[in-house]
Amino acid sequence: MGPVISLREAVSLSGRFPLLAGVTFEVAEGEVVHLRGPNGAGKSSLLRLCAGLVAVSSGTAVVLGHDLTADRQTVRREVGLLAHSSFLYDDLSVVDNLRFAVRASRSDPAGVDRALALLGLDGRLRGTRVGRLSAGQRRRTAIAVLAARRPRLWLLDEPHAGLDAEGRELLDELVVGARSDGATVVLASHELDRADRLADRVVALAGGRVVAPAPAPAPAPADSVRGCDEARAPVSLAEGCDVA
Amino acid sequence: MWRDALLVAGKDLKIELRSKVGLGQVVPFALVVLLLFGLALGPGVGRGSVLFSAEPGLFWIAVLLATVLAVQRSFAVEAVDDASDGLRLSGLDPAGIFVGKAAAIGCQLLVLELVLALVSSLLYDRHLEGGLLLAGSCVVATVGLVSIGTVYGVVSLGARQRETLLPLLFFPMVAPVLLAATKAWDAALSGSPGHGLGWLDVLAVFAVAYLAIGTVAFGPLLEDA
Repeated sequence: MGPVISLREAVSLSGRFPLLAGVTFEVAEGEVVHLRGPNGAGKSSLLRLCAGLVAVSSGTAVVLGHDLTADRQTVRREVGLLAHSSFLYDDLSVVDNLRFAVRASRSDPAGVDRALALLGLDGRLRGTRVGRLSAGQRRRTAIAVLAARRPRLWLLDEPHAGLDAEGRELLDELVVGARSDGATVVLASHELDRADRLADRVVALAGGRVVAPAPAPAPAPADSVRGCDEARAPVSLAEGCDVA
Repeated sequence: MWRDALLVAGKDLKIELRSKVGLGQVVPFALVVLLLFGLALGPGVGRGSVLFSAEPGLFWIAVLLATVLAVQRSFAVEAVDDASDGLRLSGLDPAGIFVGKAAAIGCQLLVLELVLALVSSLLYDRHLEGGLLLAGSCVVATVGLVSIGTVYGVVSLGARQRETLLPLLFFPMVAPVLLAATKAWDAALSGSPGHGLGWLDVLAVFAVAYLAIGTVAFGPLLEDA
């Protein structure tokens, strides 16, 4: 099985300004990789490039077997990007936003109810307009879109930002659950300890380049992951679970 | 493509039904425009008056102004919280997105045109004759207007001065549609619909051309937005 992400000297430009200045980077299937680096290092740009949102100006970039220099459209349906923006429609309800995203990506419609329950968005919030949600609820809805779609590759940009303590725990469980379902996860977070615990490997970026692939961190403490059915079990998106 | 178009059109119409911007702002705006034309060109009504003879042109200018608002609104919802990036990430066929957004705007415009036709008939005292030609020219002209409007809507999506850029790009391109639609309506209202059929053909040519341009151009333009 080839790598899920394979970049060779990938350069991405915004006008004449380099967002990425020659990134060589590989991620194997089922891995959880934490991208580290200061502001402006290129973490968000790397995630957006892997999602097919920004163009590859030179070098090679293959994601999920698709050559991004030739076709960025196909890979978009198979990846899930959680970015700083939520990509949600204010005038649609929470459930309508999820339904639209799931239908557009041709994912299983049953994932909508499962994701709403997992993120605590069922009940009253289900039919609430996104424009009326708090920032944290809005973030949860954006995460629920990913959970409902169950992409093969999760690209998470500052995923813990805007979430309360419970939401952060829930997100960690989702990442562990996605991995146990066979998905690959790349995340960039300034919550370093938290992200390091989730990751198999840490990759450092600076100035739009990979500067240091760090060794894999120690395994996560047993109590850092709390499951839905029993303690320490990851949330399985495939099987689903009820969240009280 | 058609499945994606239905999905996008359904989403846009649902947003419109929830927000009621069309009903609460675009329709009243177009009605006020008709009223202002009446004040500026009145007070005489009935055969021989300026308002009577100018009614088809005034109707279509009101429709054009309302189209700009409807297109701006359709793309404003995509600009909030980078929803357009979400649309690109969804993997939907860009041609389907174009047809879907154009269809949603078109549905709103057809309702608006019905309301405006009835109100302008009352305001300017001109009976709606030649119903088939009136309806046909409305449908075909609307296809042309929303096609080119949707293309320029996505162009203006990434622009900082999008509110002023859209009308600047849009109005020159739809001048032929305005001319042909006005002539077709004039022929119908004058009781000689046969004279308007040629203008209906002109409208159809522009509708097909703009639809084809939009289907091809929308994807690359969305990428650049």
